Amino acid sequence: MPSLMDTAPPGGTAVGANPKNLPDPASVQIVPARHYARWAAAVAVVVLLAQFAHGLATNPVWEWGVFGEYVLSETIVDAVWVTLQLTAYATVLGFLLGTVLAFMRLSRSPVLQSVAWTYIWIFRSIPMIVQLVFWFNLSALYEELGVGIPFGPVFWSVDSNSLIGTIGAAIIGLTLHQAAYAAEIVRGGVLSVDHGQFEAAAALGIPRLRQIRRIVLPQAMRAILPTAGNEIIGLLKGTSVVYVMAIGELFYQVQVVYGRTGRVIPLLLVATAWYVVLTSVLSVAQYYVERHYARGANRTPPPTPLQRVRRFCTPAHLPAKSPGDTR
Amino acid sequence: MSDVMVDVHGVHKNFGPLEVLRGVDLQVHAGEVTVILGPSGSGKSTLLRTINHLEKVNRGWISIDGELIGYRRAGDKLHELKEKDVLRQRTHIGFVFQNFNLFPHLTVLENLVESPVSALRRPRKEAEDTARRLLDRVGLADKTDAYPRQLSGGQQQRVAIARALALSPKVLLFDEPTSALDPELVGEVLDVIKDLARSGTTMVVVTHEIGFAREVADTVVFMDDGVVVEQGPPAAVLDDPRHERTRAFLSKVL
Repeated sequence: MPSLMDTAPPGGTAVGANPKNLPDPASVQIVPARHYARWAAAVAVVVLLAQFAHGLATNPVWEWGVFGEYVLSETIVDAVWVTLQLTAYATVLGFLLGTVLAFMRLSRSPVLQSVAWTYIWIFRSIPMIVQLVFWFNLSALYEELGVGIPFGPVFWSVDSNSLIGTIGAAIIGLTLHQAAYAAEIVRGGVLSVDHGQFEAAAALGIPRLRQIRRIVLPQAMRAILPTAGNEIIGLLKGTSVVYVMAIGELFYQVQVVYGRTGRVIPLLLVATAWYVVLTSVLSVAQYYVERHYARGANRTPPPTPLQRVRRFCTPAHLPAKSPGDTR
Repeated sequence: MSDVMVDVHGVHKNFGPLEVLRGVDLQVHAGEVTVILGPSGSGKSTLLRTINHLEKVNRGWISIDGELIGYRRAGDKLHELKEKDVLRQRTHIGFVFQNFNLFPHLTVLENLVESPVSALRRPRKEAEDTARRLLDRVGLADKTDAYPRQLSGGQQQRVAIARALALSPKVLLFDEPTSALDPELVGEVLDVIKDLARSGTTMVVVTHEIGFAREVADTVVFMDDGVVVEQGPPAAVLDDPRHERTRAFLSKVL
């Protein structure tokens, strides 16, 4: 039998071997390496997972019946809606304020720089829960809020608690907290844009705001989005902290229900399931937004998961057409 | 001799303690091509960047077509212009960068249309027509919808030249336009610049391409150590330099 060593690639040990000893390449069978340890580890992990799944399904403590009863109940769905609203407001307002703060820190004015820096320093220093309770007790701090001349007469004023309300206080707290982090994320994104892009935009005489909106931010988005995705998902779950203000968001409502019924575990499962679903939706959305801002970054854009599935199902001799085939 | 288009007058520039330009005078006439040569660190790129106020000068002044760049004169004082006014002035000055600096997230057509629409407030349709005509002129009519990264370096630089032309500038400045290109791509970019030279575009080109200078330049300026050492027609400066420093430089690059 001709030695299989002779089929080693050129440059290997078989360089000097007589090529006449080589078997016909078509008739040689290649045997992949066997990874016994890897297989054993895989089996162990699968067994553990199966045990866990079995426990989930059979352990009566989970009370899947109670879970099913509550997961789509009106109370819980309403609470999910409140959670979504809190997340949406704090995300939009937080990133708006954060963007302003980021450009203040990047500006040439030392006053704007210092104010932005101080804001970020303070709001990153205060735990969110402490800040929320502060806002909840705003009326203790300022009984009335008014409009007038600074340090002078007040023309119009309103009772502070009736102005903002509990939900308002929560949104303000979440927004101010979020803005400090968003500012640093946006600043990081802007710093990641090549200096030549700023110069080109300036050399072309493009107006300043337009430079930021049209040239800088779309490119900064590539660096902003992965971290911003983290932040927004963190915020979605972070809204559970406002339960301290007795706002009927998901976690608070779950606690109310199990306080009444005593079914702690299945109701925590209800909350978990909703947080997982919402996070999954956000993750998918993030994928598509990132893909949008990757325009022009690669020669051919990566396929969407749908396109990937379609390509997988298409026979190789009929290549699926992707939007990347511009030429 | 035609009118003076670019007038650089006693320009000084320092970066901290480092004096990069030490009193530069230069006049570029309308319709002429001026090529600036010099060793690296001689200040030629900095000079070019002061012409469109990407760098502020510390002393002296620059005018284009009689208009002071970056300043407004009142009596014997120069008042610095606001950014908005500087941006408006820059629309008269085309600038082509060594690294192209095309906007990677915009298509080739959008790269060309952006500034005419936002800075000059031209109607989009009109700007697009101009853009297509310019892309045709640099031989890239079929690349309107491509993104810059889908193009070769030479193609990107030709797009960048078309983008600078889209503002119909009074003068075009080139900062080492072929230095970032693979050798086999240099020719296509130089051909475009030569074509512009023949059509009477006023240009200032910083380059290391001596052959290009000889062929295209009306005036060759040799800079060293922040000053203009000598200038004149290519035949005089390149073949019969009067200064030792010019001779030393040319003997190294030729």
